[in-house]
Amino acid sequence: MTNTPLPSAMSGTLTAPAAGGFWHILGRRKSASKPPEDTSAKRVQFNSPLLPYLFLAPQMAIIFIFFYWPSVQAIQSSFYLEDPFGFGSTFVGMANYTDVLKSGEYLGIARFTAVFTALVTFFSLAIGLLLAVKADGVIRGNATYKTLLIWVYAIAPPVAGLMGMMMFDQHIGPLVKFAAFFGWDIKVGLDYSDTAFAMIVVSVWKQIPYNFIFFLSGLQGIPVSVREAALMDCRSGFRRFWTVILPLLAPTGFFLLIINTTYALFDTFGVIDVMVKDKAANNPITLVYKVYMDGFRGNDLGGSSAQSVILMIIVFVLTIFQFRFIERRVHYS
Amino acid sequence: MAAINITNVSKIYAGGVEAVKSVSIDIADGEFIVLVGPSGCGKSTLLRMVAGLEAISKGTVEIGDRVINTVEPAERDIAMVFQNYALYPHMTVYNNLAYGLKNRGTPKAEIDARVAEAARMLEIEQYLTRKPRALSGGQRQRVAMGRAIVRKPAAFLFDEPLSNLDAKLRVTMRGEIKQLQKRLGTTSLYVTHDQLEAMTLADRLVVLNGGQIEQIGRPLDVYHTPASTFVASFIGSPAMNLLRATRDGPRLHFGSQVLESDRLSALPAELTVGIRAEDLRVARTGEQSLTVKVDYIEELGAQRLVHGTVDGKKLTAALSPEIALAETVALTIAPSRLHFFDVTTGKRLAQAPDGLGGRREVANTLEAAVG
Repeated sequence: MTNTPLPSAMSGTLTAPAAGGFWHILGRRKSASKPPEDTSAKRVQFNSPLLPYLFLAPQMAIIFIFFYWPSVQAIQSSFYLEDPFGFGSTFVGMANYTDVLKSGEYLGIARFTAVFTALVTFFSLAIGLLLAVKADGVIRGNATYKTLLIWVYAIAPPVAGLMGMMMFDQHIGPLVKFAAFFGWDIKVGLDYSDTAFAMIVVSVWKQIPYNFIFFLSGLQGIPVSVREAALMDCRSGFRRFWTVILPLLAPTGFFLLIINTTYALFDTFGVIDVMVKDKAANNPITLVYKVYMDGFRGNDLGGSSAQSVILMIIVFVLTIFQFRFIERRVHYS
Repeated sequence: MAAINITNVSKIYAGGVEAVKSVSIDIADGEFIVLVGPSGCGKSTLLRMVAGLEAISKGTVEIGDRVINTVEPAERDIAMVFQNYALYPHMTVYNNLAYGLKNRGTPKAEIDARVAEAARMLEIEQYLTRKPRALSGGQRQRVAMGRAIVRKPAAFLFDEPLSNLDAKLRVTMRGEIKQLQKRLGTTSLYVTHDQLEAMTLADRLVVLNGGQIEQIGRPLDVYHTPASTFVASFIGSPAMNLLRATRDGPRLHFGSQVLESDRLSALPAELTVGIRAEDLRVARTGEQSLTVKVDYIEELGAQRLVHGTVDGKKLTAALSPEIALAETVALTIAPSRLHFFDVTTGKRLAQAPDGLGGRREVANTLEAAVG
């Protein structure tokens, strides 16, 4: 019963900043993608000034109930020590926070999360971009290529995790056999770095189609004549890519950077869960998984809430940082 | 600067569609050639094959004695101006101009000098630090021209560069392109579907239809001696009137109406007669004439377009606005001003060479054949 605020609190703190960032970018992209000549587009006029708010109300209600309210709940419960069996709670001030931040285990997990997020974001963006560029160049049968590449996106994260587990299975996993061929004995769920490796591979694999779709549509949004002009101005295809194609993909890239960062931080939960659940050994986990472990397994609702508030702050700072320092270099055409 | 020789060039697409059919054009050094024709006539495809943006299926393209069929676009020593400008949206105007030079390893000082020169020529100096989105359509078109100029290429290729501009700006830019090309003396190949643009810009016109050349010639020669009914109806506004007629000795019968001329001896019994709207004038009493039933009138200020019918067939005449008009009007034309075309092939038929007009026409035909 006392558990009820936590799951929603967790999902709330985890997704609220991400969702905020997402909508913000979408809004910008829409307004920015229009050429300046089209600014005179038709404006819808409402008869009653209340009507637009009424249209917005369902969406606002969802955001408020599922994102903001749980966030407030999480912040509140992070200052209390909750009884594991639901017999009341005690105000403890900042104790939950200081406990977490002083814990060597927590800092270790934070460090792993940073590395994990950086690697997953980098590789899923890089491979997605590479595939998109290559698929964009294919002329014959390109619909088949695209479908095959997008396919993976339809798989739910836990299923992806399961499939990844199969690939890395001790007995039947083809990747394990392949690695053994080079003398590498992969032990997922037992060896810390092997598990980390498998987690990163599966998480990247799961996210590539998403990035692929966006990069491909970004590439197709680049006017053909601009590419042709570049073809006449620059002989080297590699140089053309860096000087013309990539800068024009920057808005897409920036949007994906934020989406992928939040993906690596939060949405890899399912993959991690499948990989490390019920494994006794010291396995790598990310901060989000730690929130879940402490809250649901350890029944430490206060500490878990404090952790999710810390995560919320991290994402908030990260998003601000990305907008302040990276978006400046992005050209919206 | 270089000559361009297009020899028996064809474009055959994967489905077997032949967009360009064995086209040959020899373009002299410094010449301004305009490819003109309706949509889908293959003019853009031809230009893009010269540019290297489309593969050449058959034939050869030479730029300055070098066959460039398989040469990379960037190595062909050409510059292209696109219909929608195709500026790099993330670069400033300066960088747009400098990009092609930078990639060719031109020294920084020379890039600066060339960009400054082009910017001065096109009067875009004050916009060099701006991005293209902060420019108007006309300014963008100038930048696109500048990008071509700074390269000092052997040839300019223009792909309908004025189509996106409004009517007034189009006229101004047309004049500027013409002047600029004269000043620089760079061989140019220009594609347009606008016959007026073609007439005003070209040293020589190439009229294309269905992937084939209908006629090559100087604008006025093409106008005065169109090689076929297609050219006759495409070049000139209003389009040339084309009327079916039968010949009976020295008489041309347009249904029930008749024109007489002593120069029809060599012509077949069935033919298409072409009449330019401005060659028609109101007949004086006693002159032979066609009776035109007036349908409606377009006032253009300087002249008045009278749309009517001769024996049920449409006819347009450009008359002086001073003339008072009734329901019907009697119009006449100097016989030497009549054009004759074969009924089935649409090809031009020669008039018998007597009378002043006849001699001029033969001279023109000869010149067109030689040039």
